[in-house]
Amino acid sequence: MDKNLKEQVLRSSGVNVLKCMRCGKCSGTCPSYDEMEYHPHQFVYMVERGDIETLMKSKSIYKCLTCFACVDRCPRNVEPAKVVEAVRLAAVRQQGNNHMNPNQIPEMLDDDLPQQAIVTAFRKYIK
Amino acid sequence: MKRIGVFVCHCGTNIAATVDVKAVAEALGHEPGVVISQDYQYMCSESGQNLVKNAIKEHKLTGVVVCSCSPRMHENTFRKAAASAGLNPYLVEIANIREQCSWIHKDIASATEKAIILGKAAVAKVHLNSPLTAGESPVVKRALVIGGGIAGIQTALDIAEAGFDVDIVEKNPTIGGKMAQIDKTFPTLDCAACILTPKMVEASQNERITIHSFSEVADVKGFVGNFTVKIKKKARFVDETKCTGCGLCTEKCPMKKVPNEFNMGLDNRTAIYIPFAQAVPKVATIDPNYCMMLQKGKCGICSSVCSVGAIDYKQEDKIIEQQYGAIVVATGFNPINLDKYDEFAYNQCPDVVTSLELERLMNAAGPNGGTLLRPSDKTHPHKIVFVQCVGSRCDDSKGKPYCSKICCMYTAKHAMLIREKYPDTEVYVFYIDVRTPGKNFDEFYRRAVEQYNVHYIKGMVGKVTPRSDGKIDVQASDLLANEQLHIDADMVVLAAAIEPDKTARPLATMLTTQMDTNDFFTEAHPKLRPVESATAGIFLSGACQGPKDIPETVAQASAAAAKAIGLLVKNSITCNPCVAHSDELMCNGCSSCEKVCPYGAITYVDKEFRMPDRTTAIRRVASVNPAVCQGCGACTVACPSGAMDLNGFSNSQIMSEVDAICK
Repeated sequence: MDKNLKEQVLRSSGVNVLKCMRCGKCSGTCPSYDEMEYHPHQFVYMVERGDIETLMKSKSIYKCLTCFACVDRCPRNVEPAKVVEAVRLAAVRQQGNNHMNPNQIPEMLDDDLPQQAIVTAFRKYIK
Repeated sequence: MKRIGVFVCHCGTNIAATVDVKAVAEALGHEPGVVISQDYQYMCSESGQNLVKNAIKEHKLTGVVVCSCSPRMHENTFRKAAASAGLNPYLVEIANIREQCSWIHKDIASATEKAIILGKAAVAKVHLNSPLTAGESPVVKRALVIGGGIAGIQTALDIAEAGFDVDIVEKNPTIGGKMAQIDKTFPTLDCAACILTPKMVEASQNERITIHSFSEVADVKGFVGNFTVKIKKKARFVDETKCTGCGLCTEKCPMKKVPNEFNMGLDNRTAIYIPFAQAVPKVATIDPNYCMMLQKGKCGICSSVCSVGAIDYKQEDKIIEQQYGAIVVATGFNPINLDKYDEFAYNQCPDVVTSLELERLMNAAGPNGGTLLRPSDKTHPHKIVFVQCVGSRCDDSKGKPYCSKICCMYTAKHAMLIREKYPDTEVYVFYIDVRTPGKNFDEFYRRAVEQYNVHYIKGMVGKVTPRSDGKIDVQASDLLANEQLHIDADMVVLAAAIEPDKTARPLATMLTTQMDTNDFFTEAHPKLRPVESATAGIFLSGACQGPKDIPETVAQASAAAAKAIGLLVKNSITCNPCVAHSDELMCNGCSSCEKVCPYGAITYVDKEFRMPDRTTAIRRVASVNPAVCQGCGACTVACPSGAMDLNGFSNSQIMSEVDAICK
């Protein structure tokens, strides 16, 4: 277990995972549930245990839609989506590079594509 | 010069582990006036007290300082010990070196230093202590119970049984409270009305009990043993003394579309109504918001059909005033409002109901005569989902932080009753934890699982979506199977958190009692004084103090009654001699003290004074009623001329304590 990794995830998410009472409402409300290997409540629990590398290796970190349903409905304000995002960030940072080259952007631009999606894509998708 | 004895307690290791008690005793022994300074393992024990008593006699002590726990704990113990040794009890001072020193410090050196300073301050104060004599005030032999639910009824019955008059003030038209709305009780499944209504009748027939229904407490003045309470009897537009409860008016009333609050708004009642068949008192009440006579001046049918002429459209709110020796608060609880929880679709779908609504749906006197039907289309539900912890155990911004305690049990009860009566119905319960501490409680829950095949699934429901085909999609996670479920339910039942009644907070202000952040009344001690409030003469009964089931409520109600009886049997009670008094020569008559006094203990009188030139002048000066004064000290702070002073906590005593600390 990598203690620094856990601290990094806790710090960058700003989430206190100890507030979780394991009710599973986050996973009960998650629209991507069936796509995910690890579900929102498992993210919270595994981060608490420090089992972060397993999460980083899983495709689940890219399946979260960041719809924030779990954040909205968590009875204890744990904000699981922020944990998922922090693990995703940890994975991306550890790989040490972006997944897109800025030169590729002009050809991808189209009017319907939100700019934010491009920025996110830098980190999310491996071509 | 005073002869002072200092006694330092180890409190086992509570104090001695972090404070060097021998060093404290040694250091305080050198203080001026201290003739003996000792330490002992348990000063509050019999032998510890004897140590104090013997020292008083042997060394002819005129002041005692005990360095021990909080004065709230043992001040009385040591005052009594001193009194039995012939020393005025108010010459004893406590230096709190436990709660305010040893328990909050880790470092022995600094804790010891602080303990010595606290001891020095107490020694400095005791130098200025003067003997005080406590007065007595009479006790009014009548109790007031606020709230007429099962808690209030039980308390009133017990107090009446002991031979004292009791008044119950109930804000609704009938007593009975929440228990009257409940269908069956756990874990015995006996009918709530069958065990409650005999008690309601008993209360109404007991000649020592007066029920003020449809009434509210408007004002409380006075103090333990002698409260003066104003009770507002709200206009019910029916003469209680004439109405026989025949119910003819309720049959004939043309205004039939008023939401029936007794059935949780699931059906309608008339504008003139009797809440339910066993209501006590069984008297009709007119709802002025819906009555056409009161709204538009047209109708008057109830008045014309009433054979005893009980209808009085001109009735007005009436204030009555009564003296009481003790007050018991039994204001109860309500389920929380579910507007905030959109994900459960409570406001969108009539087939999503609260557990209390389900009680009415299943009750024989309920809207469907006891047949469980969906509120939307009156069909039998075949798949019912229960959701636990709705609004309980939440972060403060999302709901109530506490466990509502009763929901696990009543949900198991509902699930079991439905499976018993309608075996073709599938029942799912989504839980976070099943909490069943209590006699025969876990066995009850296991019966729901093992005997009645209720599906208990660990995981909170995430989303409830009413579908166009009348079914309700319940989306949840099964945490143990690690899968997400979609259940097409016919009904969803939400176990809503419970909260104290909204009337509790303004009442607490009137009674000058304390509440916690959730508006539950705070008990005087969480373990040892669970039914008393911190305000003398005010007792707590039932769910107003915290979530409780019926057996616990009844137990606490009887305990509160016992405490109230303990007060009422006394002819008089010893007053606190630490009250304020004014130096009339210094008082300039400004009224500052009168304005800040929360108890109304200060009045101003015109008094004759002899002036230096031998003339007589009449001056306006403050006068304190020592029986009403609670010794809070607000007046001594407000007084600009320094005329107001508090016995036992005089300005000079407090300044000398401060001096000793700063030395």
